[in-house]
Amino acid sequence: MCSTCGCSGDGGPVVTDLSDGGKHSHSHEHGPGHSHGHDHGPGHSHDHDHDHDHDHDHDHDHDHATTVTHQPSTRLVDLEVEVLAKNDLLAARNRGWFEGRGILALNLMSSPGAGKTSLLERTIRDLSSELSLSVIEGDQETVLDAERIRATGCRVVQINTGSGCHLDADMLARGLRTLDPPAQSVVFIENVGNLVCPALFDLGEASKVVIMSVTEGDDKPLKYPHMFRAADVLLLNKLDLLPYVNFDVERCIGYAKQINPGIEVLTMSVTRGDDLERWYDWLRRQVTAA
Amino acid sequence: MHELSITESLVSAILERVDGRVQTVTLVIGRLSGLVPESVRFCFDICTQGTRLEGAALDIIELPGRARCLACDQEFELPDAIPLCACGSANLEIISGQELKIKHVEVEV
Repeated sequence: MCSTCGCSGDGGPVVTDLSDGGKHSHSHEHGPGHSHGHDHGPGHSHDHDHDHDHDHDHDHDHDHATTVTHQPSTRLVDLEVEVLAKNDLLAARNRGWFEGRGILALNLMSSPGAGKTSLLERTIRDLSSELSLSVIEGDQETVLDAERIRATGCRVVQINTGSGCHLDADMLARGLRTLDPPAQSVVFIENVGNLVCPALFDLGEASKVVIMSVTEGDDKPLKYPHMFRAADVLLLNKLDLLPYVNFDVERCIGYAKQINPGIEVLTMSVTRGDDLERWYDWLRRQVTAA
Repeated sequence: MHELSITESLVSAILERVDGRVQTVTLVIGRLSGLVPESVRFCFDICTQGTRLEGAALDIIELPGRARCLACDQEFELPDAIPLCACGSANLEIISGQELKIKHVEVEV
């Protein structure tokens, strides 16, 4: 059920603008006579799909000498369609949109609790005087993470995926229409906490950043190879907890490089502020390249 | 469970492209694609309900992973997503196994 208008939603993603009193937009259909107002920014449109399937069944009387079974004849249609083609097309559109505005978009992915939101809070505090930053938060439910980002004074939009386990390019496009980030800025996309599904969905970002913490076990790159293969950079967080956990940093980096020889690895402790300057330097290099 | 949204998108991709009732769908899924064929089968029955694909047979052609080692130039089969050549190098180019494609469909005429 939609908490704003009380009508039942279709479980589709919900976009909430935290800096706008929590206005939200969502994709669902209303029956006749039911309407509610919502605000559209410039260039914001809805797609309405009208699928009409008409079945025309005709009954004919045939006189057959014997009983004949009609087997419908079939034809083979070669499709050769990439299943993710639609997402890839929308991702390419997002990528062009970012490039046209000189915006650096980064897709941040990790398991739940690795420290994505903490990393963003700290990064915003340290760099907001230097770079124009905004955030798109992806979670199944709640605006808790977006509220944490908003508390730093940063522009933020929350996408709630409902049952969805990842952001896709269409959800991001909708989030971007609400966020409306300025040109020459950085957009952090905090994906749904999940090391499996987000690896498969290109959003149109410039780089994929995977974050893992030392409490997760040093063999994680081997257990979730798709994610570590897709990533451009690995941020190994919570190094301040190393005395309390059985985690071999060098072994973990070795596994990550085995899965993805080109991956860059930055170790840090967001809570203690250790080695964050290397991450900021990496960010500055990407901004220059964008 | 990304198989659900991927199966939804493959069903809508087929409905957009062909008219008429679909009897058979043939997919190509590479072993390195990150997709579990059995999960796709499970989702396919759910996603096709009430569409022209309802009741269609699902054929899945699974392709093995193949890679070329950029250190020793050997080409070999890659059984899983962990890239490692017998020479010890992990610097590989994956040449097949990441496919995720609708090959063809059989439609009633």
